Amino acid sequence: MWNRIFAIISKELRQLSRDRMSFGLIVMIPLIQLTLFGYAINTDARRLPAGVLDMEQSSYSRALLQAVEASQVVQFEQQYFTLPEAEAAITRGEVKAILYMPADMDSRLQRRTQTGTPEDMIEPVAQWLVDGTDTVVAGSIRGLRNMPLNEIRNQAYSLPVPTMEVVQYFNPEQRTVVNIVPGLLGIILTMTMVLFTSAAIVREREQGNMEFLITTPVQPFELMLGKIVPYVLVGMIQIAIILGAGNLVFDVPIRGRLDYLAMAALLFIFASLTLGLVISTIAKTQLQAMQMTVFVLLPSILLSGFLFPFEAMPIPAQWIAEVLPATHFMRMSRGIILRDADIFSLQFDALALIGFTIVGLIVASSRFSKRLN
Amino acid sequence: MSESVSVYAVETRQLSLKFGNKLAVDSLDLTIPRGSIYGFLGPNGSGKSTSIRMLTGLLKPTAGTATVLGEPIPGAEEKLRLRIGYMTQKFSLYDNLSVQENLDFVARIYGLPRAYARARRDELITLYELGEQQKQLAGSMSGGQKQRLALAAATLHKPELLFLDEPTSAVDPENRREFWERLFDLSDNGTTILVSTHYMDEAERCHKLAILDQGVKRADGTPQALMNAMNAWTIEVSGDNLRTLKAQLEQTPEIVSAAQIGARLRVLIHKCRNTEQPLLWLQQHTGHRELEMVRPNLEDVFVNCTGARVTQNNRYIPPTTQGDGHVE
Repeated sequence: MWNRIFAIISKELRQLSRDRMSFGLIVMIPLIQLTLFGYAINTDARRLPAGVLDMEQSSYSRALLQAVEASQVVQFEQQYFTLPEAEAAITRGEVKAILYMPADMDSRLQRRTQTGTPEDMIEPVAQWLVDGTDTVVAGSIRGLRNMPLNEIRNQAYSLPVPTMEVVQYFNPEQRTVVNIVPGLLGIILTMTMVLFTSAAIVREREQGNMEFLITTPVQPFELMLGKIVPYVLVGMIQIAIILGAGNLVFDVPIRGRLDYLAMAALLFIFASLTLGLVISTIAKTQLQAMQMTVFVLLPSILLSGFLFPFEAMPIPAQWIAEVLPATHFMRMSRGIILRDADIFSLQFDALALIGFTIVGLIVASSRFSKRLN
Repeated sequence: MSESVSVYAVETRQLSLKFGNKLAVDSLDLTIPRGSIYGFLGPNGSGKSTSIRMLTGLLKPTAGTATVLGEPIPGAEEKLRLRIGYMTQKFSLYDNLSVQENLDFVARIYGLPRAYARARRDELITLYELGEQQKQLAGSMSGGQKQRLALAAATLHKPELLFLDEPTSAVDPENRREFWERLFDLSDNGTTILVSTHYMDEAERCHKLAILDQGVKRADGTPQALMNAMNAWTIEVSGDNLRTLKAQLEQTPEIVSAAQIGARLRVLIHKCRNTEQPLLWLQQHTGHRELEMVRPNLEDVFVNCTGARVTQNNRYIPPTTQGDGHVE
């Protein structure tokens, strides 16, 4: 039995080494995607294009403009003179937000800082007109609501006292890339592992190799195991590439123990590979296998917590996400890499991945019959 | 194994397979003697491949049973894996592995001991003249070389029974002749061979054969017996206007087929009361042209079996055979 499994493994590795394209993709996919996502994905909006509608045209309005621009959240690019003109610019998508300073802004400012009655305090001085379709953009502009005004009137700057202080553990500088890179492990591995295995068996069937293979004494389980083991190696190589490059290029810390990380990665790789096997027993052609892989890949990106907080999703969506191996690995990899969590505190996710692998292997082996009908 | 001292390597009883509501193989009864080369002759879609796939355990019959090397089918497929060899119609080894690597892989899958496997591999490479290609990737080899490699892989574990599904469909005539020499060598060493083909000359080389058509066995026996027992006269007509004559004859119920071969028209006449004197009977249709009664060949048997539908439903469905020397 082991002899046959080993025969399939070495055959698979030999074929893989001759398939230059696949071999190149093993290395290039993680490198390119890491660079791309590492630089590109950023959830705090900076330098949003904005416009000004200044009805007041005073030194105060110019001072407010400068103070807002100094926050770097927006960059004023356009000036408008009427409200309809400004609204049309938002509709066209020319700017994301417009700072509307009314003609009586000066007197509003004065009322607020001098008389200071409660009615005056809740009366805003100016207005933001925001393209609210993108919630991230709108949220960033909302953050500008409470600009201190003292500076504008040349008064002593008094810092507002926060009610609560926030201590940011693990990512004090709030860099998105720190959270993205450990998550990217799960996304890239889902893509390559599921695709490689699902295609590996379907290809043998398409090219006719399977018809010969199933008349030999080889058993479905041996075939399945022999098919996935080479890709475990491939997966580990990809993990090393992503973490290494993430650490060197993006300065993502690896705080946890590498052996825990390797263990978590192995569990996830096995789970993804068996998912690929299950797909291969359903798909009839390589194209179908590809489509099914994408079907798994998209929720893995969107529901696993890779881009959006898992906890923010509605409960049914969380249940669906729990069925995806990527969700469990996302928690484990972030826990170990960023928070130095030990694998035993993540045992729920570890057990979920083990369970996934066992069920997957049983389903794939039983669905794979040594018959053609 | 003890009760398998039967003289037959394969026996089937009413073996059938239904795809949807189409009967691909209909109640097949076969007896294949041990040590013989047994042929399946039939057009594409006649059920040859399906029958072979049922006997190798790849397809589960929907009705009927078979005994292969004394073991029941369905049931003992796994047990039989080591005793049978199978060469698929389409090349099924790995294109991006070399000859040696392919054979090594197959040897390991069959669990042959390492030293023995290496010796056997080299023996087969020499026997099937693949020495120069042994390090070449299989995908880059010619049809004939691929076919020899596939035969080597199918016989690596010295099976008692070898299934060959249209093994010569991708090779030239010279390679086909050589290939059959190798089959006779295997047969001499005691291997039973079941080979499917749509070439008449190949069918004629078999010890026994079955003619399949539309999933039904139309006839079986030795080629000679089939020719002798044919239920039709074979007459060759020579003269002018053979094309017109052919069209005319094909309208006649007693005529099984009429096929032009060079300057002559080969006519098969159904044996019945009207045609007790076939030459005289045919003369009525052919007029002044010259007639000659000839010995039937296997092709005539084949046409008589598969083309017999002409007289039955008055609609001629040509047997879709390919390659050289077939009728219509």
